[in-house]
Amino acid sequence: MSAAEWRKAMNAGAGRYAWTGGARGRIAARPVDRPSPRPSPLRGEGEVATAWTQWVWRRVGARHVLVLLAVLVYPWVATPFFTFQIGAQSLALGLIALSLTFLAGYGGMVSLAQMTVAGIAGYMFAIFATSGTDISLRWPWGLAVVLALVIATACGTLIGWFSVRTEGIYTIMITLAIGVAFYYLAQQNYSLFNGFQGFQSVMTPAVAGVELRAPLVFYYLSLFWALAGYFFVAYLLRAPFGVALQGIRDNPRRMSALGFNVTAHRVAAYTVAGLIAAVGGVLMVWYNGLVSPGSVGTSWLINILIIAVLGGMRHPVGPFIGAVVFVLLQNFAVDLVGRERFNLLIGGVFLVIVLFSPDGLLGWWAQGRQYLEKQLAPARAGGWRRGRRGQERSTTAAPGPH
Amino acid sequence: MSPFWRWFWVLVVGLPAVAFTVWGLADNAKLFLSTALNGLTLAALYFLVASGFTLVFGLMRNVNLAHGSLYLLGAYVGYEVGEQTGSWLVAVAAGFASAALFGLVLQVAVFRFMHGEDMRQTMVTIGLSIMMADILLWMFGGEIYQFDPPRVIFGRTPLPIVEVYPTYRLVLLAMSAAIGVLLWWFLNRTRVGMMIRAGVDDRGMLAASGVNVQFVFAVTFAIGAGLAGFAGVVGGTALSIAPGEDTRYQLASLVVVIVGGMGSVVGAAIGAILIGVAEQFGLAYAPTYSVVFTFVIMALVLAFRPQGILGRRA
Amino acid sequence: MKSLKMRLLWTAVVAALLAVVVAGGATAQAPVVKIGLLATLEGPFAAGGQDGMRGAELAVKQRGGMVAGKKIEIIKASSDAKPDVAVNATRKLVEQDKVDIMVGPLSGSEGIAVKNYSKTQPNTTFINGSSGAQATTLVDPSPNFFRFNTEGAQWMVGLGDYAYKTKGYKKMALIAEDYAFPYSQVQGFMTEYCKAGGRVTHKAWVPLGAKDYSSVIAKLPGDVDALVVVLGGADAVNFLTQYEQAGGNKPMVGGSITVDQTVLNFKGKRRESLLGTPSAGPIADSYDAPEWKKFVADYKENFKDGFPSPSLFAFVYYINMKAALDGLEAVKGDLSGGQAKYREALKTLKLKTPTGEVTLDENRQAIGTTFVTEVAKAADGGFYNKVVKVVPNVNQRLGMSKADFEKAGLGSRDVPNCP
Repeated sequence: MSAAEWRKAMNAGAGRYAWTGGARGRIAARPVDRPSPRPSPLRGEGEVATAWTQWVWRRVGARHVLVLLAVLVYPWVATPFFTFQIGAQSLALGLIALSLTFLAGYGGMVSLAQMTVAGIAGYMFAIFATSGTDISLRWPWGLAVVLALVIATACGTLIGWFSVRTEGIYTIMITLAIGVAFYYLAQQNYSLFNGFQGFQSVMTPAVAGVELRAPLVFYYLSLFWALAGYFFVAYLLRAPFGVALQGIRDNPRRMSALGFNVTAHRVAAYTVAGLIAAVGGVLMVWYNGLVSPGSVGTSWLINILIIAVLGGMRHPVGPFIGAVVFVLLQNFAVDLVGRERFNLLIGGVFLVIVLFSPDGLLGWWAQGRQYLEKQLAPARAGGWRRGRRGQERSTTAAPGPH
Repeated sequence: MSPFWRWFWVLVVGLPAVAFTVWGLADNAKLFLSTALNGLTLAALYFLVASGFTLVFGLMRNVNLAHGSLYLLGAYVGYEVGEQTGSWLVAVAAGFASAALFGLVLQVAVFRFMHGEDMRQTMVTIGLSIMMADILLWMFGGEIYQFDPPRVIFGRTPLPIVEVYPTYRLVLLAMSAAIGVLLWWFLNRTRVGMMIRAGVDDRGMLAASGVNVQFVFAVTFAIGAGLAGFAGVVGGTALSIAPGEDTRYQLASLVVVIVGGMGSVVGAAIGAILIGVAEQFGLAYAPTYSVVFTFVIMALVLAFRPQGILGRRA
Repeated sequence: MKSLKMRLLWTAVVAALLAVVVAGGATAQAPVVKIGLLATLEGPFAAGGQDGMRGAELAVKQRGGMVAGKKIEIIKASSDAKPDVAVNATRKLVEQDKVDIMVGPLSGSEGIAVKNYSKTQPNTTFINGSSGAQATTLVDPSPNFFRFNTEGAQWMVGLGDYAYKTKGYKKMALIAEDYAFPYSQVQGFMTEYCKAGGRVTHKAWVPLGAKDYSSVIAKLPGDVDALVVVLGGADAVNFLTQYEQAGGNKPMVGGSITVDQTVLNFKGKRRESLLGTPSAGPIADSYDAPEWKKFVADYKENFKDGFPSPSLFAFVYYINMKAALDGLEAVKGDLSGGQAKYREALKTLKLKTPTGEVTLDENRQAIGTTFVTEVAKAADGGFYNKVVKVVPNVNQRLGMSKADFEKAGLGSRDVPNCP
């Protein structure tokens, strides 16, 4: 087996059902057809095709281009409200949920403290930069961002160090408890976190006279970081680190026997996830213009989990899909069931997804696509197809008496 | 653990505790002793809630994050029944029964089909807790509900040094101890209890020896849920019921069980005592960060003994 | 290779999604005046939020749903006492549903966040719901944010004097929750009480989320004359029960939400020990002015599922919505020119409320009436708050000059202090 084929085998179906716990966790074990990479037309005798263009041609399909075009063009067709509140918020929340998908889907560790890390980044930015509270140090925003990311990633690593001593369910419990502890700390401490009020009027920076909080600018900023996060995670998953992580998810004992330091890999995964969540956290504090204990409370910790599960943990695009659905429901539930029953609606949707499609919306999409492909693609040229009409024959059947 | 380390830990934890006790008694004996009593009675309540949680986890590896919602459900149903019948004892029984029934239905209709998928079960319980919290808010509104227990247990008792102490909290302590003993007897002296203990040790062998495992699971879940509902009425009498109590008791039982060890009822008792006492002493002597105190203890236990004090490595 | 049909199907799906999104942004013009209404309908304040909505709806119903010839359209939104959720809900109402006037939110920290948001939307007028933080109008006020209700500190004016002089409590101990609203209530009380000569020797700031007061009660000094209790809702109920059980017998002075309708009406046995507890706030259940009686009667008639008497939240939302509508009436519905005329009308409005007249100060904060009350028992056995003293024209600086008030600062754990 070549290295490329080995990697393909390792990554096929990555994240699928793995996080539900065990081989018995498959309710609909229908193998999902991954489109095989197309043969590259650039490869011919004497032609030099670079590895990169081959990689692009193999992987990038029409749907990728369409989605990319759609998100790039989106702000020009949507209202500022939709660009800012729906679009940018989904991207920022999706980024935080991406860190959870990375940890849970590919690392097998469901950590409910990702929003805590994002909240720490937000708080640190508010403390170091300018806000309406006296505690803020009013340092230059670039420095504040760097400090916020560093501190939040360090906290993420620390949370990881606590949590890697546990496995599976324990991790959920412990990260939830850590998240709640930080919530109470932020609520009670007035010298650093300004307690219950939190930091209001956090000033979003302006670069070269352009306000970063203007809907269009902020949307593209969030889009940039969301794409960066997405490609970074996608790359990391194919790199040795990501592959080893998935191996650790599937069988830590075997990986340890092979010589991998399982604990170090896991903590490193928390660090990476912490960095991604920290970027999302800074975006969220710019989006909200404030950070308070409510931003890191139990409901937000669970909301990130809901977003990640809703979208599907099988692919890095899942959390962004989940975030879009979540934000749309949050804003427009009032037209469906009345805003005060929003929790019932989101809880119900979450329950339905977990019961019937643990792979989230992506799982349903994949099943739907498979079903449609079967219906829409009749007999293929050059192959047998036995169906109810057993008379169909291949056109290249061996010659002989009929 | 080698003898040296054992002595080291006893000294590191024990010395400050003894020093604090001596100082507290000398400074204000009444405050110190009443805080200690408050801590024990709060621990009694936490034990009631956490014991069901740890029982369900120990046997079925199901982290029931809807446990707090079962607490609230039992409390509200108990309240309604108490209003209708005018009897607090009937309300307690109704709280237990309603939560047990709901738990039984959950196990038989939902969790039975997810055997072995721990994460998925946990997600289902999270979704259920969100929905139940909202449904209960819808049905019972945001008001505060207070129970009406018999006057005889709701007055004051004279005690040495602390002078006067709420009778109900002592009753709570007694009830908890009784439930603890009852649980111990159930687990150690009955057939079903024996099956449960065997199942905690090795589920596969239990099924292989011809026991109807699903029946045992259903009974366990019902008892665990029923305990939560019982605690709902009993705890709601001490501290009122309102939306948000479910999250509070869920987190409390989470911390208690992490500290005490998963799957161990004695561990739940020890964890409850530690957490209850720490919370009350925190409130009395360092109120600002008292709520963070309990989590600090949890973090320390996790750092040095991840499976909890009496837990076993999964 | 993917079939052509699959590609077409996929393109159609994406295009449909985009179309839905774009269509969502389109708005329809109609001859109505749209008013957004925001209250907390989730979480622990849900009961208050529901009553607030009732109060606002009552103001609309009293005008028959029309003002200055235009139909009033109320668009509701809900939050859960978190500032980020409140801002999101407000932004949806203002930018997506395109409301002309915004009424809300309910809680203090939400109010500050919405005030900050209002600065970015100069073409919409924002009127408060019931948020009662001092900082909303005292610190960095917004030119298009109006508050026609008095805030937490103003609600306690008159009580300090009453406690010291009439009730004779010379030394008191304080139990309050550790966040901004109790800070402002305590400032309103202690500014007067300390000036009169009283002393608050013990302050117990209880963290939010601690329902067990047994240790706090154990620490209360025995040599005080009375307790000042500034807790709300379930916490007040818990404290009162536990205090009585622990053998406490000191009289109490309550904050505005410590002995209000939600606490007096909790489902359970009444606490006889509550009788006679003085408190202060913007309303008094038994006020005998005809406007108040009419308000209560209207509330009871329109809302059979409401409280026996309108709560503080219903009242405050009512007067804010009434102010919005009265202002519209005054300019005959003219919201043109960035709503400039409307805002002028609001600034100079002499609002007639069930408890007296309300005017605005230079920060667009209300100057109104505060009632000092005592808990009494009605003929039918229920508890209510009866009026003991009416304090008119209470302003946000609590009667102090601008310089004095700025020196004292906003309420906090240590401000004011007179041990």
